[in-house]
Amino acid sequence: MSLIEVNNVEFKYHGQTEPALKDINLRVEKGDFISIIGANGSGKSTLAKLLNVLLRPDKGNIIVGKHNTKDKDRIWEIRKNVGMVFQNPDNQIVATMVEDDVAFGLENIAVPSEEIRKRVDHALDLVDLSQYKKHETHKLSGGQKQRLAIAGIIAMEPSCIVLDEPTAMLDPQGRKEVIETIQFLNKEKDITIILISHFMEEASLADKVYVMNKATIKMEGTPAEVFQEIDYLRDINLDVPIVMEVANGLRKKGIKLPNILTIDGLVDSLC
Amino acid sequence: MLSDITIGQYVHSNSIVHILDPRIKIIITIILITSLFLIGNFWGFAIFLGFNLIVIKLSQLPIKKVLRGLKPILFLVLLTLILHIFMTRGGEVLFQWKFLRIESEGLFTGTFMASRILLLIMFTSILTLTTSPLQLTDGIEYILKPFKKIGVPASEISMMMTIALRFIPTLMEEAEKIMKAQKARGADFESGNIIQRAKNLIPLLVPLFISAFRRADELALAMESRCYQGGKQRTRLHIMKLATRDIIALLLSIGLAVLVSFF
Repeated sequence: MSLIEVNNVEFKYHGQTEPALKDINLRVEKGDFISIIGANGSGKSTLAKLLNVLLRPDKGNIIVGKHNTKDKDRIWEIRKNVGMVFQNPDNQIVATMVEDDVAFGLENIAVPSEEIRKRVDHALDLVDLSQYKKHETHKLSGGQKQRLAIAGIIAMEPSCIVLDEPTAMLDPQGRKEVIETIQFLNKEKDITIILISHFMEEASLADKVYVMNKATIKMEGTPAEVFQEIDYLRDINLDVPIVMEVANGLRKKGIKLPNILTIDGLVDSLC
Repeated sequence: MLSDITIGQYVHSNSIVHILDPRIKIIITIILITSLFLIGNFWGFAIFLGFNLIVIKLSQLPIKKVLRGLKPILFLVLLTLILHIFMTRGGEVLFQWKFLRIESEGLFTGTFMASRILLLIMFTSILTLTTSPLQLTDGIEYILKPFKKIGVPASEISMMMTIALRFIPTLMEEAEKIMKAQKARGADFESGNIIQRAKNLIPLLVPLFISAFRRADELALAMESRCYQGGKQRTRLHIMKLATRDIIALLLSIGLAVLVSFF
């Protein structure tokens, strides 16, 4: 059975005429690294909130593990199972001290103190923030704050983490740190990752990419398959990475090239 | 820089006073302040002051820092003193000039009240100087716990205080940023009289408030997605444990309170 199943979901915000999501179908298996890309207002953040029961679908069903998100008694189990990291690093940190913030979620689900201690230390170790344990959260850099948010989620031992544009407000260094952490957790710890982003470089790291536009999923496939459609992606206001633009241009001039996702890939196939 | 302002007046150290359990420190403060109001003569105050000085010595606080804390209430102390000296009647007449008259009773009550206020502030400031805001919050939550039965939302109160403390530096930074942005657009925060200056703050406060509300909204979502369920029973990472030194400190303070109350 899949970890997350989204079946024919439709969702409309209160007071809006157009649905924010319609006909959404999605299947996420344990250990997957999938990415959802789309321009602003395409509905990708709304989809993220549905997976974590911050919102509930108007039509269709979302099954997480064994539970339907419409089942009000299972909310906390689902939220524990599907952790969520938000865009703004400042607005998701609750505590003044780094270790207290990691402990927040565990305190909420009434984990015994000794167990909290163990899990907090382990989680901070995984995101490489152990040496900041006793530091004040507001003094961390953007990338460190996002890693702290990730630590707070993995401490709760979820099977899946949904990251809603986690790097949008970070500088390049912070972005790199966060992406490396995500890849590490997926590869080494077998945690399912759903990365929502509008950076295609980040999305290209996933096993599978979904492209959203105007409340629906327009395309799905491996990064190589999806990123072939450069003209379409540009049409729906996505920033196409310069490497792909260059490769596309060369291809139009008649140079035979495989699918290119990275600068190294382009260099390899040209030289 | 705005962001360098420390929250509260906590002075970090590892002295014996600092490492006492915050709950015990709060309780001791309450007991001794109550006893301060039971003291009937200057001998009691002298003992209390002596105790105060010993605690300050033990806590390794610079005495200047403690005295500086008394500054804001100096006006209140002087006012109490003067009003009592001139208004309270009784005893011998010590001084008379036209309608101004000082009687011995007034002089006594005035200095008595003034010393009481000074000692009160001095002693409570030791609490805030040696206990970090976070520890204070934890202590208050614990002490309020028994009142949960009559509907006091103890854990919510402490959660609010924690979040407020957490966001003070963030909002300070933000205020500084907005201030710079508005200055770049020609806003003037420095000149004019007090009313004008207050008015000039509007372009700073409006964006600051809007952003604070937006933050609150996002934070609420983030907290919910991390399973925060309001008043529901939570566990804690740090469990406060009473040590022998806490018990000794409490017993000593009760002893002192009883002793000074006899004076």
